[in-house]
Amino acid sequence: MKLRKVTAASATALALALAVTACGGDKDSDSGSGGGSKIKIGIKYDQPGLGLKQPDGSFSGFDVDVATYVAKELGYQPDQIEWVETKSADRENALARGDVKFITATYSITDERKQKVDFAGPYLLAHQDLLVKTGSDISQGTDLNGKKLCSVTGSTSAQNVQKTIAPKANLREYSGYSECIAGLQSGAVDAVTTDDSILAGFAAQDKYKGQFKLAGLKLSNENYGIGVKKGDTATEDKINKALEKMVSDGSWQKAVDANFGPANYKNEPAPKIGQIVQ
Amino acid sequence: MFDFLEGYDVLGAFWMTVKLTALSAVGSLVWGTLLAAMRVSPVPLMRGFGTVYVNIVRNIPLTVIIIFTSLGLADIFGVTMGASDDFKLQGFRLAVLGLVAYTAAFVCEAIRSGINTVPLGQAEAARAIGLGFTQTLRLIVLPQAFRAVIGPLANVLIALTKNTTVAAAIGVAEAATLMKSMIENEAQTLAIGAVFAFGFVVLTLPTGLILGWLGKRLAVKR
Amino acid sequence: MSSVLYDTPGPRARRRNVVLSLVFIALLALLIWWLWQKMDDKGQLKWDLWEPFTTGQAWTTYLLPGLGNTLKAAALAMVIALPLGALFGIARLSDHRWIRVPAGAVVEFFRAIPVLLLMLFANEFYVRSTDIGSDERPLYAVVTGLVLYNASVLAEVVRAGILALPKGQTEAAYAIGLRKGQTMTSILLPQAVTVMLPAIVSQLVVIVKDTALGGVLLQYSELLSARSTLAANYANVIPSFIVVAIIFIVVNFTLTSFASWLEGRLRRSKRGTGTVLTGEDVEELNAAEVGGTLSTGTGGGI
Repeated sequence: MKLRKVTAASATALALALAVTACGGDKDSDSGSGGGSKIKIGIKYDQPGLGLKQPDGSFSGFDVDVATYVAKELGYQPDQIEWVETKSADRENALARGDVKFITATYSITDERKQKVDFAGPYLLAHQDLLVKTGSDISQGTDLNGKKLCSVTGSTSAQNVQKTIAPKANLREYSGYSECIAGLQSGAVDAVTTDDSILAGFAAQDKYKGQFKLAGLKLSNENYGIGVKKGDTATEDKINKALEKMVSDGSWQKAVDANFGPANYKNEPAPKIGQIVQ
Repeated sequence: MFDFLEGYDVLGAFWMTVKLTALSAVGSLVWGTLLAAMRVSPVPLMRGFGTVYVNIVRNIPLTVIIIFTSLGLADIFGVTMGASDDFKLQGFRLAVLGLVAYTAAFVCEAIRSGINTVPLGQAEAARAIGLGFTQTLRLIVLPQAFRAVIGPLANVLIALTKNTTVAAAIGVAEAATLMKSMIENEAQTLAIGAVFAFGFVVLTLPTGLILGWLGKRLAVKR
Repeated sequence: MSSVLYDTPGPRARRRNVVLSLVFIALLALLIWWLWQKMDDKGQLKWDLWEPFTTGQAWTTYLLPGLGNTLKAAALAMVIALPLGALFGIARLSDHRWIRVPAGAVVEFFRAIPVLLLMLFANEFYVRSTDIGSDERPLYAVVTGLVLYNASVLAEVVRAGILALPKGQTEAAYAIGLRKGQTMTSILLPQAVTVMLPAIVSQLVVIVKDTALGGVLLQYSELLSARSTLAANYANVIPSFIVVAIIFIVVNFTLTSFASWLEGRLRRSKRGTGTVLTGEDVEELNAAEVGGTLSTGTGGGI
C-alpha cells in the first residue's frame, strides 16, 4: 500500500512539475491590449517576403516594414511594437475585440470583410499568379489544363482555378504554402498559385533563388489593406496619412525592392488611398 | 435557419468520410492482426519489428503521418498508389494508407490484449494436439481473442471515423475540408460547426451502440 | 509471456528462425537503402536543409517555444480533465437515475465529436461571452477542447477502474458502516486510482498529440505550427516534419515508458486487491486512445 502511495504521489508530482515548468516558460504574456506605450500589430509569421519570424526572433517582410513605418507615424518606435500572429480565420475577431490595433497580413479588401472591419489603404495591389520552375512553358491560365497545380485548401485562389481559369487542372490542396513550394521543387506539381506577392516572397528566399519564376499573369486583383476596428475612423485616417507619406518619401518602393526584388517581381505602382481595383 | 447549407454538398462530404472510414477500417483490421501476430510470434526479429512499429506510429500525431504520405511517399518515394496523374484519387488512397498505418497500431494493441484474455489452457491444449504456432493462433486463439475485443475495436472504429477529418491536411474532400471552406465563405461559424458535429454524432453513436451490444452477445462466457 | 503459443524452438526451428530473421534483415536493409537513395535523388539529404537544426536559434526561436506550448496545453488539459473525468465516471455509477443518465449522455456526446470541432466551439464561446485577450484565447480554447474530450474518455477509465475492483471491497465497506460517499472516497477511489494510473498516463500521450490540432484553425503556436514557421524560414519542409516527428516520438515514448514503469511497480506491489485495469475491463473505453493500457493486462495469463 505504501509503495502504491509513493507511485501515485510521484505521478502527481510529475504532472505538477510538467504544469509548473510549462507555465514558467510563458514569460511574454504581459496582457492588457493596447495599454501603455506598446502597440499591438497583427501580422503573419510564416510568409517570407511579407511577414516572417526570423531565426533571431525578429520579423521581416513587406507587411512588417509597412506596419513599422505606420507605427512610427502613429508615434511608436520599433521597440514599442508587439507583433501578434493573426491567422486568416481569426483576423476579424482580433480587430473587433481590440486585441490588435491594426492588421497588416496579406489582408485583401473585400465587401464581405468590409461589413465587419474597416480598411485603411490599400497599400499594395497584388494579383493571383503562378509560380513555376525556371524554364517552364506555362505562360497563361489555360496552359494549366491537364497540369498539376497546388494551392492552399479552400483558398479563393484554389476556387478561382477550379471555377474559371482552368477547370481541368489537376489541383492538389495542402494546408500551407511551404508544402506546395516543396512539391514544386521536387517536381510533384507544375505550378503553385496564389497572390504574386506571396509567391515572390518564397521565390526570393536564398534557398530557392533562381529556381522559380513568376508567370506574370494577373488572374485577379487583390487590394491589400490595413484592417482596423469597425468605426475607428481616427486610426484609419492616421494610417492613410502615414501610407501616403511612405509612398511620397520613397520608403514604400524601397520596401518593395528589398522584400520582393530578388524574385524579379514587377510590382504595381503604389495604389492610391481608397482606390480599390476590382 | 439552415439556408447557409445551400450550394454545399454536405452529404457528399460525409459520404467521403464514410468511404475513408470503411476502407481504412478493413485495411487496419488486416494489417493490425498481422502486427499482433508478429508481436507474439516465435521469430524475435518480427517481435522486435512489431514493437518498434507500434511504438513509433502510435506516438506521432496523425497529421504528420498523413502529410508524410503525400509529401514523402508520393513526392519523394514515388508511391502514388496507381494514381500519379489524379491528385483527387491519389489523395484519397494515400489518406487511406496513412489511416491504415496509424489505426493498425491501435488494432494491434487491442488484439494483443484480447490474446491475453484467452486462458492459458486453450493454447496448451492446442499445442498438446500438435498444432503449430500459426495453427494455434489462427484456429484457437484469435477467434476467441476477437470476440473479447469487439468493444475496444468498436472504439478504435469510432476514433477512426473522427480521425478521417485529418485527411483534410492533404486536401481530401471529406467533411472537415468542406467545413473549412464553408467557414471561410460564410459568417455562421457556430451553426456550421453544429451541423458537422451532428453529422459525426450520427455516424459514431450507432456504431458504438451496435458493436457494444454485439460485443456483449458474442463475449466468450467463462 | 506469449511463449505458450509455441514450443521452445528446437534445432530445426532455431535454424528456421535464423533464416527468417536474415531474410527480414535483408528486406529491411533493402528498404532503408531504397529510401535513402530516393531521399538523395530528390536532394532531401543536402546538408543545408538539415544544418538549421544544429543551430541554437532554430531551437530557441521555433521548436522549443512550440514544444513548450504543446506541453503547457497538454499539462493543463490533463490537470483539469482528470478530476472532471473522475467526477463524471463516478456520476455514471450513481444509484440515482437522474445523475447517471445525464452524465452518461454528456460523456457519450463529447466522445462522439472530433476534438478539432470542440476546440472551434470553445474558441467561439470565448470570443462571444468572455473578455479573454487574444494572447490567451487560443490556449483556453485548445485546453477546453482537450478537456471536454479527454475528461469523457477518463470518465470511462475511472468507471471501468472502479467496476474492476472486487465486489467484496464495497460490501466490506458497507459492513463496517460506511456510507456510499465514504465508500467511494476512502475505499474505492484510492484503489481505483492506483489501478488506473497506467491508463491515465497513456491518455497523456493522446493529449500531447492532440494539441497539434490547436494550430489547424486557431492560432495556437504549438510544435506543429512552429514547424511551419520554421520551414518557411529555412525552406526545409520535409526535414522539418521528420525532426518534429522525432520530437513527438521522444516525448511520447518517455511518457509510455513511464507508464510501463509504473505498471511494473504496481504489479510488484500487488498485494491488496492487486487489480490492474486490463483490456477486458476497459471494454467500454476508446481503445485507440488508451492503446497503452490495453496491452498491460495482467489478467488472462497467456
